[in-house]
Parts: sequence; C-alpha cells; structure tokens
Amino acid sequence: MILIHCPYCEEDRPEVEFTYGGEAHIARPLDPGALDDRQWETYLYIRRNPRGAHAERWRHAHGCARFFNAVRDTVTDRFEVTYKTGEPRPAGDTK
Amino acid sequence: MKRFSGLNLFAEAFNGHKGWPEHWPDKAPKAAYDVIIIGAGGHGLGAAYYLAAKYGITNVCVIEKGWLGGGNAGRNTTIIRSNYLYDESAHLYDHAVKLWDGLSQELNYNVMYSKRGVLMLAHNVHDIQSFKRHIHANRLNGVDNEWLSTEACKAYCPPLDISPNARHPVLGGALQRRGGTARHDSVAWGYARGAVARGVDIIQNCAVTGIRRGPDGAVIGVETEKGFIGAKKIGVSAAGSTSLVMRMAGLDFPLESYPLQALVSEPVKPIFPCVVMSNTVHAYISQSDKGELVIGAGTDAYVSYSQRGALHIIEHTLAAICEIFPIFTRMRMLRTWGGIVDVTPDRSPILAKTPVPGLYVNCGWGTGGFKATPGAADLLAHTIAHDAPHAINAPFNLDRFRNGRLIDEAAAAAVAH
Amino acid sequence: MSGYRLAAGGRIDRSRPLAFSFDGQGYQGFAGDSLASALVASGVTLFGRSFKYHRPRGLVGMGPEEPNALVTVDRGPARITPNLRAPQVALHDGLQAKSQNRWPSLKFDVAALNDVFGALFPAGFYNKTFMWPRSAWEKLYEPVIRQLAGLGDSPVARDPDHYDATYAHCEVLVVGGGIAGITATLEAAAHGGRVILIDEQDELGGGALADPVQWAALDALKEKLAAAGNVTVMTRTTAFGYYHQNFIGATQSLTDHLAPADASGPRERLWRIRAGEVVLAQGAIERPLVFNGNDVPGVMLASAGRMLALRYGVAVGHAVVVMAAHDSGWRDALALAGAGVHVAAIIDVRNVVGADLADAARDAGIAVHIGCAITAVHGRHAVTGVTFAANGTGPACKLACDAVLMAGGWTPSVHLWSHAKGSLTWSEAWGAYLPGTPIENCRAVGAGAGAWDMGHGVVTAVLPSHIDVRAQKAFVDFQNDVKARDIHLAVQEGMRSIEHIKRYTTNGMATDQGKTSNLNGLQIASAALGRPVEQIGLTTFRPPYTPQTFGALMGHHKDALFQPVRKSPIDEWATEHGAVFENVSNWRRARYFPRGGEDMDAAVLRECAAVRRSVGIFDASTLGKIEVVGPDAAEFLNRMYTNPWKGLQPGRCRYGLLLREDGFITDDGVSARMADDRFHLTTTTGGAARVLGMMEDYLQTEWSDLDVWLTSTTEQWAVIALQGPRARDVIAPLVSGIDLGAEAFPHMAVREGTIAGVPTRLFRVSFTGELGFEINVPASEGRKVWEEVWDAGQAHGITAYGTETMHVLRAEKGFIIVGQDTDGTMTPYDMGLDWAVGKKKPDFVGKRSLARPDMGLPGRKQFIGLLTEDPQDLLEEGAQVVADPDAPMPMPMIGHVTSSYRSAALGRTIALAVIADGRARIGQTIFVPMPGKVIRATVTAPMFYDAEGSRLNA
Repeated sequence: MILIHCPYCEEDRPEVEFTYGGEAHIARPLDPGALDDRQWETYLYIRRNPRGAHAERWRHAHGCARFFNAVRDTVTDRFEVTYKTGEPRPAGDTK
Repeated sequence: MKRFSGLNLFAEAFNGHKGWPEHWPDKAPKAAYDVIIIGAGGHGLGAAYYLAAKYGITNVCVIEKGWLGGGNAGRNTTIIRSNYLYDESAHLYDHAVKLWDGLSQELNYNVMYSKRGVLMLAHNVHDIQSFKRHIHANRLNGVDNEWLSTEACKAYCPPLDISPNARHPVLGGALQRRGGTARHDSVAWGYARGAVARGVDIIQNCAVTGIRRGPDGAVIGVETEKGFIGAKKIGVSAAGSTSLVMRMAGLDFPLESYPLQALVSEPVKPIFPCVVMSNTVHAYISQSDKGELVIGAGTDAYVSYSQRGALHIIEHTLAAICEIFPIFTRMRMLRTWGGIVDVTPDRSPILAKTPVPGLYVNCGWGTGGFKATPGAADLLAHTIAHDAPHAINAPFNLDRFRNGRLIDEAAAAAVAH
Repeated sequence: MSGYRLAAGGRIDRSRPLAFSFDGQGYQGFAGDSLASALVASGVTLFGRSFKYHRPRGLVGMGPEEPNALVTVDRGPARITPNLRAPQVALHDGLQAKSQNRWPSLKFDVAALNDVFGALFPAGFYNKTFMWPRSAWEKLYEPVIRQLAGLGDSPVARDPDHYDATYAHCEVLVVGGGIAGITATLEAAAHGGRVILIDEQDELGGGALADPVQWAALDALKEKLAAAGNVTVMTRTTAFGYYHQNFIGATQSLTDHLAPADASGPRERLWRIRAGEVVLAQGAIERPLVFNGNDVPGVMLASAGRMLALRYGVAVGHAVVVMAAHDSGWRDALALAGAGVHVAAIIDVRNVVGADLADAARDAGIAVHIGCAITAVHGRHAVTGVTFAANGTGPACKLACDAVLMAGGWTPSVHLWSHAKGSLTWSEAWGAYLPGTPIENCRAVGAGAGAWDMGHGVVTAVLPSHIDVRAQKAFVDFQNDVKARDIHLAVQEGMRSIEHIKRYTTNGMATDQGKTSNLNGLQIASAALGRPVEQIGLTTFRPPYTPQTFGALMGHHKDALFQPVRKSPIDEWATEHGAVFENVSNWRRARYFPRGGEDMDAAVLRECAAVRRSVGIFDASTLGKIEVVGPDAAEFLNRMYTNPWKGLQPGRCRYGLLLREDGFITDDGVSARMADDRFHLTTTTGGAARVLGMMEDYLQTEWSDLDVWLTSTTEQWAVIALQGPRARDVIAPLVSGIDLGAEAFPHMAVREGTIAGVPTRLFRVSFTGELGFEINVPASEGRKVWEEVWDAGQAHGITAYGTETMHVLRAEKGFIIVGQDTDGTMTPYDMGLDWAVGKKKPDFVGKRSLARPDMGLPGRKQFIGLLTEDPQDLLEEGAQVVADPDAPMPMPMIGHVTSSYRSAALGRTIALAVIADGRARIGQTIFVPMPGKVIRATVTAPMFYDAEGSRLNA
C-alpha cells in the first residue's frame, strides 16, 4: 500500500484512494485530424514503459478527485515527486 | 541426452543415480550464431527447441539475464485453456493446447499436463450471454467448451458454493475439459534439456545490453555482459522486459509492464478437482499436485518492475476466493509472489516480425502467457525460420495498432485473460 | 502422566491441569503448555509423517520453524484447521488434535512404502517418469500422487467463525518481543510518540522464556512497558509481511488459545500498520545438523530441548545426547543438566572447544566427545541410541539415548527485512546472512541483526561420515523429505542457481518456508558446486513469514460486505411485490414481477403486452446521472460525444453516443439541457463511474480551459419510467406546473414542475417505443412518488415491469444496449448510428480513430435484426451466425446473436445480431448452427415495431 502525496490536498494518502492514469505528458493533439496513422498510433498506444523514473498520472478519486502527475521509480515503486496537472515535469530525473 | 523413463529411473536407483547427466551444461558463448533468442523462459527456450527440432536450425543461443525459467515461466498459476472468443485467438491458443497434449512424450520430460478442466463461472445475465457467445464460437471452431448448469458446476467442482443468496450467485459456467494445468518449471526445463540435446547453447546470468545493427539496418548481433555475440536473426521473448530490449533496437512498443501477484495455500489432501475462474468476483483457483491451492487475480494498478505487489490486492483476492468457496476461510496462505507482465492495448500478444530486419518479437501475453507456451514457441520459431509469420500468428502483428484491426478479447468479453 | 515432566521449573501452572486428546488418546497437560510440550511430557515422540516418504517424524523446533509436528485441530463442527504446528498450538481444556498424512494410523502408515522404495524417488523423479502410456498420467499416476501428497484435510463446511480487520498507525513499530525488542520499545517510547510492540508468542520474552536467569529482568522490563503510556503491546500477533513505505501486515490470534466454550468475538484480526520507523527484533532460529538419521523422532534442535525443559518443565528424554557444531549446544546441555535432565553426552564435530565449556560439562557429569560426529541414529518411532565416530570415520562408538539435540548454529530471521528489499550481507561467523542496508526507515536489533553473543561455531554442510552421502538418510528439509543427496543430485543434473536447486529438490518450499533448511541447503550446494555460498545466491524471502488464515485476510469482506449491493429507492417496494432480481454491475435490479406461478417467459410476455396496451411502470433509478454545469458545458459535451450539442435548446433532450479515443462505443444515454449552462446527463447503469472518470480526465487534463463542473448525481435522483399509451393519463392528475400536451411537451423534451407535490425533472423520453415519461425526483421521495403513480395507475391497469421486459420492448424498436449489442469493438457505423455522429464536427473523442485504415473496410460487423423462419424458434443470445452451414470445421462465422426474445407484440420471436456486412444482407437467409440442428433466419432491419414512431410521438 503505497502512500501518495496529493499535490492538491497536500497530504500523503494511501494508494487505495487513488486511481492510476497511465503515462503522463502525452497531450492529446489539438488537431487529431492532422495526424497520419503512424502519429495517431503513437499518441494512442506507444508508451515509454521505463525501468526507472516514470512520469505518470494519478487521480485522487476518493479525495479531491483531481488528476495530478508524479514521477515514480518503477523499480522501487518509490515516488520521487508529485505535481499538479499543467506543471512541467521536474528537471533532473530524465533517466 | 540420457533418456528419462521408469526403467532408467529403476536402474539408476541401484547406481545412486550417478548416471544422470546435466540438463544444460554451462557454456561460454560462441562468437556468433544463426539465431539468438533473448529470454530463457518457456517461450524462448521452446522457440530454440523448435528451431532445432522442427526447422533444422541448431546454431542457436538462448541468452538469459538471470536463471532460465526464472521469470514468468516460474511465477505463473499454470492454467491452460484455449476457449477464446475470436477466431484468431482461438486458433492461436488451441494450437498451443494441441501441442500440450503429448508434450511430455515429445520432450521426454514429464511436464505434468493435466486436463483437469477449466470452469469459468457466470454470475449474472451478462456473463451468461458472454460465455454462450464463447461456447458457440468455440464449437464452430472445433474448440471444446460447454455450458454447465449451476448444479452441474457444483457436481464438477464440489467445493463450490451455489447458494442462490450468495452475493454473486453462480448461474452456470463454461467448461473447457481440455483445459487444465501443467508443472511450470518442468516446461522450461524440458524445453531447455531438449534444446541443448539438439545443439542449442543456453547462456544464463548474461544480460543483453544492446542490439547491434548493420549499415542496412538489419541486426548483426547483441552486446551482452559477456561481450558481443553475432547473430543473423534475433528473437525477443523477454516478457515484462520487452520494452527495454526493443528500445535497444530503437523501437518504441505499445506495451506496459504491470505487477501480477499470485499465492498458494499450505498443501492439503485433494479437495479441488479442476480450475475455476470467476471474472465477476475476480479470482481463479486450482490445486497443485502437491496439494497447495494456487490462487491468482488481476494485476496491480500501476506500471512497475518491482515484483513486489500490495497487500490489499492479496486481501481482495482471498475475499473473492472465500466468496465463491466459503469452506476455505480456515485455510492458510503459505507464500505470495509477484511477476511482471507486459500488456498490449488490446490484451492480445504480439508475435511478429518487427520493422528491424532480422528482429522478431514475441510479447504482450499479459496474464495469459503460460497456456500459450508451446504454441508461441513453435510460432516464434516458424516466424524466425521463414522470416514470415505462420497463418496462425499473422493477425498478431504490430500493424494492428495503426490500422485499428485489434483483437480485443477483454473488450469483447469483459474477461481478463 | 509419564515421567518426562520435570519435578519443578518452567512457566506452566501446575495447579491447573488440562485434559486434551491427540489421535483420540486422552492426555493431560498444564495451563501454559503448548500442545507439543504437553505431548512430549506425556512421552509422545511420534508427531506426524513426512510429505513424500511418509517417514515417522517427531518434533524438531519449538517455534515457527517446526517442519514435522503438524496437526489438525478440531474445535467443533466446521471448525477444523489443518497443518497447525504443535509447538504453536496453545493448550486449553478439551483440545482435540490429530496427526496428519497417514493411513490408517500414525504408527502404521501404508504409504511408508514410499520410504522403502525411496531410492526410486529422488529429487525431480516425477519429471523422468509417469509418461507411458500417455493417458495414464491423468488416469492413474496423478491421482495416486495427489492422494499421497498434501498434508492435512481441508475444511469441508462453511466456517462459522468471523474475522476482523483494522488499521493502526504509530511512530515506531517493534516486531519481536524478546529482550532486544522490549528494550528497543522502551527506548522508542522515551522519545514520545506511539509505539507498538508485537510478538507472535502468547507472552513476551522470546528466547529469554527459556532462560530463568533472565526472568526477573524480564518482569522488570514488562513492568516498564505497562507503565509507559504510549506503548501498545500485542501478543499472539504475527507480523507476516513488510510492504511499501513501512506498511506492515500482522494477524492477531484472538480465540484459538481458548476452549471453544470460552471463545467469543472474531477468531483473528488483521492489522495493517503504518509505522514511521520499524524495528525488527525477530531473533534467530537454530539450524539443524545434517547427518544420517537426523530425522528419527527424538532428534530435535537443542533450542527446542532447552525451551521444553526451562519454559515448560519437560525433559525431552531420560538420556539426552547433544550433537553440537556450536557453543550454544553446550550451554543448552548445561542448562538442561541444571534443570534436572540427564544429559548423557555432548558430541562436538569441532576439534577444539573452549575450555570453559569443556570444564563445565565435565563438572556436570556430561561425557564429552570432541571431534566426533554421529553417523547413525537408531530407532524408528523414537530414538534408542546413536553411533558416532571420531571425524565420522573413526571406530564406531554406540551410545544408548532417547533424545538427540542438534546445535548447528543460528540463522538470524531476516524475513521481514528482505520483504522490504533491505540488502543482506554474508557473515562467515554466523554462517548466515545478516541485515545490511535498509531501503525503508527500518533497523534490525538483537539476534536478528547478528547482535547477540551466543558463542562460536563451525559451519558444516553435512557432518563427516564414512558413509557416502548418497547412502545417508541425512535430511535437509524435513517436511519435504529433501536429503543432502538430493541437492547433490540436482547439482549433478546441472542445477547451478540456488533457485533451480530449490525448485528441483523442493528444499525450503514446505510450510516452514525453509526456516531450518535454506541455509543448510545453501552450504551443501556450495560444497557440491565448489563455490562460496555468497556466489550461489539466496532464494527470495516472500510474505507471509508464517502461513496466514485466508479468513483474516478476507476480514469483513464476505457475503453482503464482499461488495455492497447497491439498491434503488424502489427496491423495497419491488421486494414486497414479489420481484425477481438480477445483479447488474453492483446494483440489484428487479428483473420481472411474476404473478401466481408464472415463470419468467410468462411474466415478461404479460408485462410487455401491458405496456403496449395500457401502461407500465419501471424503476430506472440505477441509470448513471451526471450534472454538467458551467458556461462551457455545451462545448464540453460537444467534444465528448459524437453528436452536436451546442444547438440543443434548453428543455430538449438528445441521445448521446460516447466513444473511447480508439473509436469504439463505450457508453450512451439520453441527456437533457436544463438551461444554457446546465445539462442532466444519463449513462448506462454499469458505465456511470467510468464515464464520469473519463469526462473528468478530459476536462482536467486536456481542456482545463473549459469552465465546466461535473457532479455525479446517480444516487440523488430516483427515476420512475412510466411507459405506454395511458402514461399521460396516469400522471396528469399528479403533475402541476407542466403542460403535458403533446405539442407543449413533445417527445425528447424535459420540463420542471412537481409531481405528487415533489419537485421533478420530468423527461418525455421512451426506451420502449411508447409514449413515455421518466420522472426524476429526489431519491428520498422516490418511493412516495412511485406509490402515488402506482395508485393513480390502478384505474388504467398499470403494470410493474422489470429489466427483462425493458430489454424486450427496446429490442422491438431496435434500441441498442451498450455492452450487450456492442462489445467494445463496435463503431457508430457498425451499429447503424451514423445519424448520431456529427459529420461537420472537426473533432470529438474517438473521431480520429474512426478514420484508421481498417475501420472503413468491408466485412465489419453491422447491427441488424433476425427473424427465424419458424416464428417460435428462439435464438440463443451468443449463438453464432454463418453463411454456409455445410462448411467444414472450423466453420467461418459471420457474426453472432446479441439479443433474442419472445415478442408479445409480434406474437413471435425476434433477435438482434451483428454480422459481417449485415446491412447488405437484409432480406437474405442466414444460418445459426446449434447442436443437433441448424436454425434458418432472415436478416431484417433492426426495427420490428412501429417503425414510423407514431406511438412514441402520441
């Protein structure tokens, strides 16, 4: 049961309050019709799936209900940082 | 290869069993091979075996970062079935089931394939509709799968609680009699021994660190912890680590890796005669030859390579098991463990050529890879040997994510598989 | 009582004798005994049979490491628990236990033939045989193997006990209540904050319980604990798993130590503890020695002999031999002698032993044999003597004795440390791994950290012997019958990784999870491979530390609490009116309302006819509902749904179709614009949470510029669907503030007013094809309004109908049910819903995916109707459709039946299906091959009733 820091509630809360939202910073194209099939496939399906630091989305579903972003190490499951939607991924952990 | 048989076992008993040779001698890698398989799980070892045994390609090496059979091959709940909905899936998994039958004899290694039957429980009208659809489709595809009434489910699996007042009452079930279980380690070991006997090298404790490509883009070998090893063709069968390996070849993949937990109880005398799966309460269970109840459920929620799941998943899984089998609440959980499964967007595998010449991939089996082991192995070998997929695995290509021709069993059935 | 109970000593209460039984034989023990100590006191040596060879086995250890003495405890009907370790079963009056894995009796077990032919069954034998003839594996070999395997019997009846589960939070959690743990607890408590100390035994003290010298100090420490206001002590509580971020799972045994008549409340409690810091004080477990005959009942760990004598006042034998490789065995021998146990000899494999120990032994009258090893143990069901020799190879000496204590050194318990991914360091001195660097905020103390001076020892793989190891019955894993020779065989057969050796031999995979066998197995493998132990690796420690009851992990989540049933405000009315229910996602919904002896078919035909003839009432409260509010509400919906929303006028409704981004239908529903900036959305019953989550996702993360709020209102509204030509007449007297006239209030409109005095959002919508209303009222008023409508409808022949009738009526009209007629692979075009796709919209969720190459190819399945040639043939939902029923197997299938019913209105059966290029096949005959017959059917448009919609718009 991981503890997750919700950047809106500013509290560490247990994992079961949250839902996982997949890889972060994959913005929906502003004009999907302008993308070719390969680009659209990349948007829909291609994921980094890294071993190590992973920027990902979580939603505090049973709390404030907000989506936010996190960088978590997929080897230790340890959260390095959580940050609000719209904020850039913190620098220095792009391994 | 010294033949395994009751007679030889009897003879060796008088010899202190001194005559049994090594299953797989420790080898230093050669400078180059015709084919390198990355990943010594059941699928990868099996592919090497079939390359040698069926397609006459014996200059083959299987490279494994840990110990052979140590990934999902040795961490799964050993369920075998082929009652999938779509023609593509039914043919794929049934290809495997046909190979399971007789695999012990082919490998001269008892993999303990036991057709105990896989019973999938229906708990609501939607389940019934979905299972009936499977049953009819399977019947016309020549795959056995039959509907059982509630009472017939109870007769087939006596521990089942069929009280109509249950939170999720059993309204019937779909039974595949050819479904069942096998001994997971023995499958990996049997293929490894068979492959080695046909000239294949197995290099353990040797992580692949890079895939080297020539000026034309085609693969020419792999960088490893033990140095460069040349290869004309490379087959990747690395389960949870596939994304990482494919990136070495410059390919981004439609995969995510999730933790999958399972557990066993303390052993008890035979009580559970088959495999039961319930997608509505979300758990499955069988009893091993040793007597342990083998129990599993779905994946943890997030991408992870930690092989370390959360307690609440175990709590929920056991609550689900006790919901269908309330006689088991006094049983005790002996051991839990986690694996890493790679999941595609449509929950169906990718078994295909890749955009890189000479590079082939077998991945994305999610929670269902064990049952496919002989089939996936054979088809990967075929695809490598012919540089083209077999008709059975042709639909399981990478293009489907671009053109939209997905094979979405989970969406079609609301069924985890 | 036999003569094994010492005259004095121990922590038992000799004034409270307790009667109990083992295998039906009556015995007596004392309060404070464990089942094991009471049986040993009664002269019992034979406790069980091993897993594979069914060899007679006795007690080995007195704690969680015990591999052999497994019993089934019977606490009355349906309260049977198998595989309990006798040393950990607290004695109570009337305790009934029996041995396991033997037939017909513990003393005479037929399956012990396995032992006679044991040479045929080395490690991995099952891989090598049972392959011929092919069918015999399942028919003969496997059933026999299964019957011989297993330990105790599973319970077969529903468990009457219940279980509790809860949470605890603390600044410091200390696991293990020995002296080190108590000391750490007191230190932590001095800093303030909440401290929890848990221990698996029934009293604190750990190893000190077997050392009377420490009892006074222990009592003093316990008093300090009691005096500290911030310490919670939980005994009979086992920390079984160490999870992420100092989250520890522990179970507390609450009633098993009591006589059944005295037990009340939950049997066990699961504690999920979040701790700021964790201190692991789990102690160490003694290692057996591996030598020929080390499994004869009466051969046990020296620590067990000591625990029996000093904690329980029981002599393990009348003539005890200690086989030592470690100083601690000498200390135990001296302690036993001091307690009045006759120790005949100490045999030590070492050539040099501290003079202090040797002198003390001689002073105590104990014979000492240095540099010697036991080469044989005599006796079958109990030890009668040993043969030993200098260095195992010298002249054999025989020694009569009735117990042998093994002192092979100590293995710190690093289980939880390893669960938490802390590193381990090999210690030559301990011959074991010690905690290294932690990942979590965690530290180890006491023996578990290697911080314990219990003298010196040597690490041995197998004791030296003149007998080849292959000929020795020298066991490593007692329960699983793994001998030293099995590990040699595994290595010989090419198993070089410790994981392979473990799996090939099953060493360490028994119910003790290798607590006594893992390190010895490593040493033997190391010797066989000729590589240092550290290079062979260590198998992974996995939760739980000891086996844990399913019930405790289930906690309260059983029966109705497994998943709470969601019930609508009308549920009780439906129950009172005889409804038959069905589960739909987490809801239960009335499926039909049988009258008299009606079956479902009869009830549904009657209900359908009533709706079409006059009026029916239906509980639609389970529909998902979302209130969408804000200046950009219409823009938001326009982006989410396939169809246009911006032009929808307030007071009007629209059918909305929702795709996933991959272009496939995920939900639908009729939604109303209540005002310029306010929409009342409905979703499918099962899709409500998913749809809200999806909409929140887009709103928060993609279109955060939109000024819109989403609120789930599913449970705020009761929804009463009133459908049928008399619907308007029924509600007219109840409604005020709304003109119900057909022009003023047309189909697909919404009005606000009151009904039966209750504020309502009244929808004029129809999922039946009849004139209809969906009356939304506050859930708290749902039943009242329902009953008023019901009463008002009596004059019009109102009929309550359920989900099955709803399904039939909508099927007659060809209205789809997402999830039944679609399956997550269907596009709007496939379903004939082109009209619901805004062609001019530049974008909506899923639009781009609809343009992928494969989405427009011929051959996609399309939604159509089917009419069987025989109008009474009812197709089975899920049945497959083919074009050529004579095609060979595998037969090409072109689609399947998604919905199929008997239609009262048509007097025949109808079906809906999706088939390849279905719309082009309208008018053609297709085939549905069923077992034993082929049903012919004609493809039609998916519309069977009132195609022009005149009834709907009435």
